[in-house]
Amino acid sequence: MKQTLRSIPVSAWIGMAGITVAVICALFAPWLAPYGENQIVGDPWAPSSAEYLLGLDNLGRDLLSRLIYGARTTLFVAFVSTVLAFSLGSFLSFAAAAMRGPVDVGLSRINDLLMSIPTLIFALIVLSALPQNMTVLILVMAVLDATRVFRLGRALALDLSTMDFVEAARLRGEGTLWIIFREILPNALTPLLAEFGLRLAFAVLFISTLSFLGLGIQPPTADWGGMVKDNKDGIIFGVSAALVPGAAIAVLTVSINLVVDWLLKRTSSLKGGRGDG
Amino acid sequence: MNDHIPVFPLARLHGRYPLTTRIVGRLLLSLVLLVASSLLIFGGIEALPGDFATTYLGQAATPQAVANIRAELGLDAPAYARYLDWVAGLLHGDFGHSWASGQDIGAQLGSRLSNSLLLAGAAAIIAVPLSIGLGLIAVLYRDRLIDRLINLFSLAAVSLPEFFVAYLLILWLVVKNPVAAFPATVYASMGLGAKLVTIALPVATLVLVVIAHMMRMTRAAIINVMDSAYMETAALKGLSRWRAILRHATPNALAPIINVVALNLAYLIVGVVVVEVVFVYPGMGQYMVDAVTVRDLPVVQACGLVFAAIYILLNMTADILSVLANPRLRHPR
Repeated sequence: MKQTLRSIPVSAWIGMAGITVAVICALFAPWLAPYGENQIVGDPWAPSSAEYLLGLDNLGRDLLSRLIYGARTTLFVAFVSTVLAFSLGSFLSFAAAAMRGPVDVGLSRINDLLMSIPTLIFALIVLSALPQNMTVLILVMAVLDATRVFRLGRALALDLSTMDFVEAARLRGEGTLWIIFREILPNALTPLLAEFGLRLAFAVLFISTLSFLGLGIQPPTADWGGMVKDNKDGIIFGVSAALVPGAAIAVLTVSINLVVDWLLKRTSSLKGGRGDG
Repeated sequence: MNDHIPVFPLARLHGRYPLTTRIVGRLLLSLVLLVASSLLIFGGIEALPGDFATTYLGQAATPQAVANIRAELGLDAPAYARYLDWVAGLLHGDFGHSWASGQDIGAQLGSRLSNSLLLAGAAAIIAVPLSIGLGLIAVLYRDRLIDRLINLFSLAAVSLPEFFVAYLLILWLVVKNPVAAFPATVYASMGLGAKLVTIALPVATLVLVVIAHMMRMTRAAIINVMDSAYMETAALKGLSRWRAILRHATPNALAPIINVVALNLAYLIVGVVVVEVVFVYPGMGQYMVDAVTVRDLPVVQACGLVFAAIYILLNMTADILSVLANPRLRHPR
């Protein structure tokens, strides 16, 4: 165990530390934040002081407190949508690969069609017709992300389903569900885990982008992308309040990517150095 | 009449003209995708709940007023009739009229699309050669300091949201050292030179965002080729490193690199949306975001279709170029 821990590179430890801080902020926001999420405590864009460590935002709310509450919203939406996308995408892709035939062709063509429109454009189209609340956002992001998971999952599962042990299971007379959950899933887990990280980082960026465009989380709920939008007009006056939540997004996604990088390297070294997984 | 023709002439055709049939097939596939995505864009909005008339009227949405607006906008016709109407209009270059402003969408789209293409094009001209060059350098100095630095920089750059990069540049180059223009609003009356000067910052933002991605993928594609057995053979039979790379690696790396470039150009199309909003640039992206905010569906549909068409076109070009670059792809197994 000690050996395994030591083999983890420094970059991955930094990444894990970054993620841990964000998760702690998200979980314990009401206890960690010095002021309320929407509590107006002073003048707009007051500079940082001993009382307000990061200064105040465009309405005079404490930036640090909103940053901590924002971690909760941003992480929650990103995490739930990614988990949903993975459940949907990997189940459908394994089913397609295990059943082959018309099911596979049908699902793959539908997936190709959904992927023929860029994600952000697709989200904009859908959000122009749907009400912009958190449930809708999570579902839209999950479905769009599931298409990417489907493509990877199908490739992985097709590779695996030609293996002898899957053939053996099929000859034993096991059902499709058994083959999906007991034969394919355990062997596809590590690459899928790396993909989960990539997708999570992408989801954080995506929800932040939508909020920044004014189409994501609606005010007054704090989230990092929306906070950039709220404070963007200050930039011209040299008030850097908009950069703080922007930096938070950057640090979180860099942290996730550092961990993913390590996971990917580990997977490719398991496969004998072929880095093309 | 065509019913009698069995399938094998098609296969024979493919045997005789493998390249032409592949390319024609790919063109047809893109056409099918385009039609399907127009159906998806139209039908998607159709199938979703939510109604412009109700949103537009807000508190004043009495049943009578809603019915009036629906009749005025032609929403009372059945969906398939409106779809055919829409497509027929598109084929004549008529994108319809905006619900919110009543303006002709086609005229707006024309000028905004050329603005967006100018922005994305300028970014691509800088980013593509730069990132392929850096990717090559990273491979040449693989696992040495330069490679690690490039790797670390690109990992960070991939993780930055576009708007964060944009505001950092604005704070640095507009507020602290006033050398660049903000907002980057261009007018039709400006000359190309003046336009290019104005859009320096948005172009820089797009380049920074896209370059890291393109470089990482170029590096991976070339390393994949360099690790293959024939490269080892080339080294063992005494070919110089440069000759091996030029004669043996490059032809095989071309197809993946073309793919990388096309994928990132497609990514630029999306990146344009956020960057245009930050810099108040009158392009397609801003037009679409504004339309989504007020639920101006004809504008959203038109913009969505144009974005999808560009995306499909880029992917098609990449596939065709890959087939041209790699003869093995002409005979898929």
